[in-house]
Amino acid sequence: METKMRGADIVVRSLIAEQAELIFGYPGGAIMPVYDALYDYHDQIKHVLTRHEQGAIHAAQGYARISGKVGVCLATSGPGATNLITGLADAQIDSTPLVCITGQVAAHLLGTDAFQETDVMGISMPATKWNIQVRHAKDIAPAIAKAFFIARSGRPGAVLIDITKNAQVELGEFNYSPCQEFRSYKTHHPVDLPAIQEAAALINSASRPYLLFGQGVILGKAEAELKFFLDKSGIPAASTLLGSGALSQDHPNYVGKLGMHGNYAPNLLTNQCDVLIAVGMRFDDRVTGDLSRYAKQAKVIHLELDPSEINKNVRAEVAVLGDCKESLSSLTEAITAKKHEAWMAKFRALEQQEKEAVVHLDLTPTKAGLTMGEVIHHINQYKADDAVLVTDVGQHQMIAWRYFNYKKTRTQVTSGGLGTMGFALPAALGAQLHDYSRQVICVVGDGGIQMTIQELGTIMQTKAPVKIVLLNNNYLGMVRQWQQMFFDKRYSFTELDNPDFVKLSEAYGIKAQKVDERSNLKEAIEDMLIHDGPYFLEVVVEKEDNVFPMIATGCSVEEVRLH
Amino acid sequence: MKRYTIFVITENFIGILNRITIIFTRRGINIDALTASESRIPGVHRITIEVTVTEETVIQLVNQIEKIIDVIKAFHHEDSGVVYQELALYKLPVSRLDGGLEKIIRDHHAKIIAAEPDFVVLELTGHKEKTRELLEILKDYGILEFARSGRVAVAKRMLTIDSFVN
Repeated sequence: METKMRGADIVVRSLIAEQAELIFGYPGGAIMPVYDALYDYHDQIKHVLTRHEQGAIHAAQGYARISGKVGVCLATSGPGATNLITGLADAQIDSTPLVCITGQVAAHLLGTDAFQETDVMGISMPATKWNIQVRHAKDIAPAIAKAFFIARSGRPGAVLIDITKNAQVELGEFNYSPCQEFRSYKTHHPVDLPAIQEAAALINSASRPYLLFGQGVILGKAEAELKFFLDKSGIPAASTLLGSGALSQDHPNYVGKLGMHGNYAPNLLTNQCDVLIAVGMRFDDRVTGDLSRYAKQAKVIHLELDPSEINKNVRAEVAVLGDCKESLSSLTEAITAKKHEAWMAKFRALEQQEKEAVVHLDLTPTKAGLTMGEVIHHINQYKADDAVLVTDVGQHQMIAWRYFNYKKTRTQVTSGGLGTMGFALPAALGAQLHDYSRQVICVVGDGGIQMTIQELGTIMQTKAPVKIVLLNNNYLGMVRQWQQMFFDKRYSFTELDNPDFVKLSEAYGIKAQKVDERSNLKEAIEDMLIHDGPYFLEVVVEKEDNVFPMIATGCSVEEVRLH
Repeated sequence: MKRYTIFVITENFIGILNRITIIFTRRGINIDALTASESRIPGVHRITIEVTVTEETVIQLVNQIEKIIDVIKAFHHEDSGVVYQELALYKLPVSRLDGGLEKIIRDHHAKIIAAEPDFVVLELTGHKEKTRELLEILKDYGILEFARSGRVAVAKRMLTIDSFVN
């Protein structure tokens, strides 16, 4: 049965129909009718008022990454909409499902430079998977249905719906029908069985096969299929940044992390394997280093959902297009069970070298200054198995990623592809609001936190029990490291005079503590993790520490340096 | 580098052309010519893009274009795989007309499609090389304006739009 209602009510009813339970946003003139409608539905859909639209969208991203659901975000026209752009670009490059709704000036004012009018369609186009402007109430529900379908299906991504104010206030029919398919958008590619046979033949005859897995495994809910494949094949497996958590680090085939600051063996041995199996990853330049010297000796098998990723950076000998949940299980059936002990031993030997040269010094340092690594090491001792690690961008991100003990899927939220400083605090809030009972640990640097520090206000208001660990070195540490290594120690504008973070947190009513001595660290972390409510722990770390191993820009994976 | 024709079969959706051109802009690739028109099927549009790139690049461009949600299908051909035509218009001052021009018009199979007191407009259809050749000649006649359309093309391959749409 069809009923007529305001466009604004259609917006909210459509969100409820899509099972959106929690949305993040910030009101303003052109979206006010929708906010007015939200008032009537507060028992069916919750809204969190952030302190900035960028905070809203990163929170929606954190929520989406942990829940596996579509993150939803509301903003007004003009500056409200432009403040979303960084988050859209971030979500799009990291394949995070998002639906953002922006208000727009009334249709008759479009193109006239009206107050708070901006060409949101044009601006958001390169940063979205799809966007649409709606100018009539009757078109709202179909647009939202299509938006949710596009955001969550295929390779997920960011979608924006721009709704003119007249469409929000006029009456329209509401009869919600979810979108299932449409002719120009293909989400499912049946598994190519001849390609599976070809891939299996390569794997069965390989003597040094090696598997790389990315976030595609998590997005495709193929964690179990990956594990079965590895159990049977005996193949060593390494993770990308965003793939971390897809396989428990306790798994015997797990050999570490890939990329610029990944582990020693997984990078180095990329150039010694004979068959390279890439699952749900896109050969980002931070993973491959110099492409012309990347795995040239290997036959590459690429299991990938997005056809445009195949042969984009690395040419695949066998490309298996499709959902890796299906392709991995077909591949597992087609291969013969093996063990690769000698090959695996190579990884373990290099791992030992890394431990001696880097890990021990990071985790159990003998020098006076605290290291970022020992902070993570202590967090590992006390954290829950399903604790979520949210990080920002920079040295702390790489160190936290390197040393955090990933045991479960969907336990990591970070800005991978875009490298968005300021991401962590709001993303942690979003992750926490999905599940108050889950441990959410936000590790952040003193640079990044100050880009979105206003969200402490949202944490205060929502009482989200986020555990914030600020690793403070009074530097933009990663840039400083590069200045030290590649710019002759010319520390150009990287040193920070910081506020008293403990006082600042306390001003927001958040319990806070500062640690600058090793003897207090362990207890402080324990205190933080058992505290009921949000907690801010500032750890003053060594000012000029560097992250190693490292593959410098332009170098090959085999040139990974331990110091 | 080679000349390729990219065919895009798409829904008639606002902004689609913008989404397509962004893919070229982002990679710093110049579009040589572009035409858009309706297709045989109502609601389905076709866009023809001419571009000079390497084969590797054209494959990536096509993959990226096809990834656009409202694009139904995108594919590319070398010149040998398509039948194409371009249209050129030449505006000439009447004061410069002489007997030689008649021969030029005849030789090139051009035609006069408009005559005004001050100027005439010639039309020539054909490949770029042919229309360019006439342009060079007409420079001696004080040509006032020259305009050439993008490529209008159909693929030689016996596949119809219906096979993509349905």
